[in-house]
Amino acid sequence: MTATVLEVSDLACRRGGRRVFEGLSFAVAKGELLALTGRNGSGKTTLLRALALMVPVRAGAILWQGTDVRTDREDWRGMLAWLGHQDGLKGDLTSAENITFAERLRGRSAEPGRIERALAAFDLIRLADRAVRTLSAGQRRRVALARVVASQASVWLLDEPLNALDAPAQEALHEVLSSHLASGGIAIAATHAPLQAARTLELAA
Amino acid sequence: MGVMALFLRDLRLVWRRPGDVAVVLAFFVVATVLFPLGIGPESNLLARIAAGVLWAAALFASMLSLDRLFAADYEDGALDLLLLAPWPLELLALAKCAAHWAVTGLPLALLAPLIGVAFGLDDATLGVLALTLLVGTPALSLIGGLAAALTLGARRSGALLALLALPLCVPTLIFGASAIEATATGESFVVHLAILGALALVSLATLPWAIAAALRQAGE
Repeated sequence: MTATVLEVSDLACRRGGRRVFEGLSFAVAKGELLALTGRNGSGKTTLLRALALMVPVRAGAILWQGTDVRTDREDWRGMLAWLGHQDGLKGDLTSAENITFAERLRGRSAEPGRIERALAAFDLIRLADRAVRTLSAGQRRRVALARVVASQASVWLLDEPLNALDAPAQEALHEVLSSHLASGGIAIAATHAPLQAARTLELAA
Repeated sequence: MGVMALFLRDLRLVWRRPGDVAVVLAFFVVATVLFPLGIGPESNLLARIAAGVLWAAALFASMLSLDRLFAADYEDGALDLLLLAPWPLELLALAKCAAHWAVTGLPLALLAPLIGVAFGLDDATLGVLALTLLVGTPALSLIGGLAAALTLGARRSGALLALLALPLCVPTLIFGASAIEATATGESFVVHLAILGALALVSLATLPWAIAAALRQAGE
């Protein structure tokens, strides 16, 4: 079962007048986790942002099941779950409220059961009603990851997902990743630490 | 729908920190009340300058709260979620400006007639004052929103924001103040109010696109 769903061909990106990468081609099959590695500044984050269409692509194409994702940007965005460098959480809202908002923003009804399961996956039930600004960096990262899980999106784009996570939280991340992949989703993660069961793509500096 | 969710989230964030809005309203009250105190009880002079003072103070007050409009989302990464939401970014930008207006422009319009009493304005003029602010402040929120989006990531963005936005607010200021002045001199204010409304509608029809473009640029 190696049906390619995401195909990137000959991709080139520039940032601030500087070439970050060009001629980059890779494919991701259904149920696959791709780990992007490479030195600092090799363009891992830029590649993730280019895949999310936040950074303009100079050349090349990003194909989802054979169609260029730029033909229907909003449809493509609806399929993505994003975990950036920053957690994207509002300090004055609780963990549950942050996830509920993210779900509504994606145009989905915020079903309490689904949000609770996502929080439970990262052992956050106890913290669900705490304002996020009172949480530690690792706890916030877990809330941001729970947001990704709750989205049930088919494509996960994760920038340094293991940052600030302790060992049990890393274990939880591997668990949700493997169940996401088993259900046919894909994930692309920029990372320095090794991720279980990942195929690695090294970006040259 | 996602746009409404963003509007409600921003209102909720303000509700959690009511101090931010209270400071803006308090600034408006203090800045305007200084004029009657400084000039003294010359009711003719006060009534003449009231329109300009109240409008200019409303303008400054709404600038005061604008620098966090997009900067907060930019700093904590929530802007990425907006950029990735499956809705036109223009509508999301509009939702943010609408939330800003609901917590600054709207209370300013309601508060201004109370301050107007200190300037010796008559009842009819007080009503027009509230009306002009109600019609004109949406344009201020949108123009300020554009300046806030353009200055994302800039150093000293607060000062830069005011420098960018204030000149663009001049037409709104002129027609807002002149509507009040017209009422005070017994003329009809309808023309001035109509132009003010037109300015707000032009802002509504054009600025969300400019704001969205600036936000995309900031997200790169």
